[in-house]
Amino acid sequence: MLLHIVNKSPFINNSLESCLRAAKKNSGVLFIEDGVYGALDNTAITPQVKKAMKDKKFFVLASDLKARGVSDGVIKGIEVVDYGGFVDLTTQYDVVESWL
Amino acid sequence: MSDDEMMQEGGTIKKFCYVNRKAPYGTVYALESLEVVLIGAAFEQDVSLIFMDDGIYQLKKNQDTSDSDMKNFSPTYRALEMYDVEKLYVEKESMEARGLTEDDLVVPVEVKTSKEISELMDEQDVVLSF
Repeated sequence: MLLHIVNKSPFINNSLESCLRAAKKNSGVLFIEDGVYGALDNTAITPQVKKAMKDKKFFVLASDLKARGVSDGVIKGIEVVDYGGFVDLTTQYDVVESWL
Repeated sequence: MSDDEMMQEGGTIKKFCYVNRKAPYGTVYALESLEVVLIGAAFEQDVSLIFMDDGIYQLKKNQDTSDSDMKNFSPTYRALEMYDVEKLYVEKESMEARGLTEDDLVVPVEVKTSKEISELMDEQDVVLSF
């Protein structure tokens, strides 16, 4: 199973959109760096992510949320992970695909 | 020379506009823009800052880079006033797309529609994009 890593803001390019199109059921999606804006509730992107959450597991990196002042805005159901959790995810999934 | 330009000691005052469209940490644009604005402030020009698209995130409250090994430069926006940089504009549409309001921002801003932003850009002598 694949872990997809998204590090670009969903508002500036189509990385997240392409990732969600390519990601199969039960795969994982991890938001890091500017990608964490994709994990936020009440944005224009939120409906797309909530829809994808129905059959995929979503994660977001805590320190990147904290740096950007958006720790409180994460969509309910997205798991917040620290760097240790990030490493664990890369071992739990068979393959990692980065959407640069 | 436009009618708005005035002569003063040291030369002409021009209308400078900085357009900020990038999120704060993923690229270096936001920090570079802020440094240029502060340097430019020493020349006592008529400065406006526009925040649109992901640039709005530069002004988000509660930024804390203590776990990220990066410099949190968001407090510097509050210091702009001391350099007489007081015209901060935020595009309404960009803010709404991100579910943000003025209360989420570290400094007082004037919210303008994209139409008003385009008029503001049109009035400038110099526009610098970051």
